[in-house]
Amino acid sequence: MNTIVLAVCVLGAAGLILASVLYVVSRKFAVKEDPRLGEVSAILPGANCGGCGFPGCSAMASACVRAADKGSLEDLSCPVGGMEIMNKVAAVLGMEAIADETPRIAVVCCNGSCENRRQIREYDGVQTCRIAHATSMGTTACAYGCLGCGDCVSKCQFGGLSMNAETGMPEVDATLCTACGACAKACPRGLIEIRPVTHELTGMVVRCRNKDKGVQAKNACDVSCIGCKLCVKKCESNAITVEDNVARIDAALCTLCGKCEQACPRKSIQKIGEWDTPQEMPAEENPVTETITTKNKAQ
Amino acid sequence: MKTFKIGGVHPEENKLSAAEPIRLAPLPQVAVLPVSQHIGAPAKPVVDKGDKVKVGQVIAEAGGFVSAPVHSSVSGTVLKIDSVIDASGYAKPAVFIQVEGDEWEESIDRSEQLVRLEELPGLTGKDIVAKIQSAGIVGMGGACFPTHVKLSPPPGSKIEWIIINAVECEPYLTADHRLMLEHADEILVGVSLLMRAVDVNKAFVAIENNKPDAIELMTQKARIYPGIEVVPLQVKYPQGGEKQLIDAVVNRQVPAPPALPASVGAVIQNVGTAFAVYQAVMKDKPLFERVVTVTGKSLARPSNLLVRMGTPMSQLIDECGGLPENTGKIIGGGPMMGKALLNVEVPICKGSSGVLIMDEKEARRSRPNPCIRCGKCVAACPMGLEPYLLADGAAHEMWDMLEANAVTSCIECGSCQFTCPSHRPLLDYVRMGKSTVTGIIKSRT
Repeated sequence: MNTIVLAVCVLGAAGLILASVLYVVSRKFAVKEDPRLGEVSAILPGANCGGCGFPGCSAMASACVRAADKGSLEDLSCPVGGMEIMNKVAAVLGMEAIADETPRIAVVCCNGSCENRRQIREYDGVQTCRIAHATSMGTTACAYGCLGCGDCVSKCQFGGLSMNAETGMPEVDATLCTACGACAKACPRGLIEIRPVTHELTGMVVRCRNKDKGVQAKNACDVSCIGCKLCVKKCESNAITVEDNVARIDAALCTLCGKCEQACPRKSIQKIGEWDTPQEMPAEENPVTETITTKNKAQ
Repeated sequence: MKTFKIGGVHPEENKLSAAEPIRLAPLPQVAVLPVSQHIGAPAKPVVDKGDKVKVGQVIAEAGGFVSAPVHSSVSGTVLKIDSVIDASGYAKPAVFIQVEGDEWEESIDRSEQLVRLEELPGLTGKDIVAKIQSAGIVGMGGACFPTHVKLSPPPGSKIEWIIINAVECEPYLTADHRLMLEHADEILVGVSLLMRAVDVNKAFVAIENNKPDAIELMTQKARIYPGIEVVPLQVKYPQGGEKQLIDAVVNRQVPAPPALPASVGAVIQNVGTAFAVYQAVMKDKPLFERVVTVTGKSLARPSNLLVRMGTPMSQLIDECGGLPENTGKIIGGGPMMGKALLNVEVPICKGSSGVLIMDEKEARRSRPNPCIRCGKCVAACPMGLEPYLLADGAAHEMWDMLEANAVTSCIECGSCQFTCPSHRPLLDYVRMGKSTVTGIIKSRT
């Protein structure tokens, strides 16, 4: 009996002493965290996609708090949450969100499907674009085009990209794409571009990045840009430039007249986003239509 | 018998062409000479379309100190300067020359007569390095590092030995073996020249024990060359790696990158490079031809050919009996470190040591299975790394972890993948991790 009493007393006393030590220490060495940090973190989507340019949502939260202390939320945006989330964040911080009405979307700048670009050799290595790219120019005659191993698809957290088995190319689903940019970072050939789309989710895009000279580019793929500049001549708003034998269309200047698409002898210019127009899509289910940022703000 | 201490594997040797004397390959119709046949800045073309060139004429000048000039390997007319797919699998700029006759530069001494070092007493180390640089000589074992850079060690490092890499540890390849049997004296004069170039009086010629005839011949010939010693080594891959060779021959360990072999007092040169040095210094002949092993189990006549640079591989394969029907892959180099080629028109470059034809069965990659944690890759790694861990880390993009586990020390020898019973693509991932981590480290400075 005595043993039990003794044990209870000893353990009880030890517990009491240690508890008081813990209490004192926790008070003395308490880390003062800005209460706003927790609140902002709770508002952010928690996807940790990195689309805002920070390593994750908590880093974005601290960036927001720091920016609020400096007086402006400029250059901060959450592509996933869009304007709605940033307005909430701004309300917590007692600031105003800076809106950029330009919607953005990921665009695959290659149209080298199985039909357009013949496979002339096999690749039996690891099915990862990064390794396929480092190993050689790939299974077709184009050293710049899509490798088709789907690194971009596996990096997308929102289901916005999928591999089309028929074409062997990734496809963007405009309703799900948040323009976070994870796919663009994953592509070793830099074929995915996060583009502002100024005309209700529709835009003109040169779907080719082949920098080879005309003849070589022509032989590599049926729909390659050969840098002929016909589109530049036809464009009335000076939106097209040709650099390194590839045409590029500035979305901000493009009026969507479609003359370049008609003029292109290689059919490499395409109107994108026609798969869903805003009319068919309820606004609240479309996170792309409203994002805030001042980066690359459209004119 | 000496060998390196950590790891290593012993693949089937398959030296099919070891008894085949070196034959002269026919001249190509069009020679395609990439301007970047070496590590470092690409050479700058100095010829234009329509220019007439002779064999040995400079067609592209070095693009910097770590670079090498390119000489014409044929005589004829420059057709165009265009891109060609080289062994790297990507298109690179190259000079195309239409071959007309075979007219050499007059300065090149084409006689077979051996010129000994004693005949040129006034030759200084600086003269030798300058001649090597202007002859466009690069490491001919496959790495293609400009030789004159290796012979100009950073200040503060004291060179004690030259080690000649004649181990030829890659299976199938026999080019160096045949070169030693047929040009032993020239190689030994070349070694003496290299010794004078870096001012040392000791050189080792390291030969693996599967070439007893070469060991015997070289030992016997080396008697009259002061300071040159032939070292037989146990057969083990990757003994031809610089660090492994230094460990095997002089028992010193090179620290992790960026340390160079010079930091432990050794300069390594390939035996083919020693031969090229002899030809450049004693015969004024720039580097425009090399011995290439064309081999494979399915090939009718595996051979060792003396080939002009820029000859398409298809021509060499035709010379050895034509491309077999059931070819699965054509490898540039040996089976362990070589690279599958995109087509047979890839030109022979300064670093092309072999062309290996693999039939469909040999070329097929086995389906990878899950890692069974057997640790064979760790035991096989000659750099003492943990390949299973590095491969996993690379697959999950854990770059910090890879850096902490010394991924940059990997020599990409492929021993881990070779030994893996689960056929895991370890090297593919480790190589990807290594290049990414190297990029991250570079971006910091």
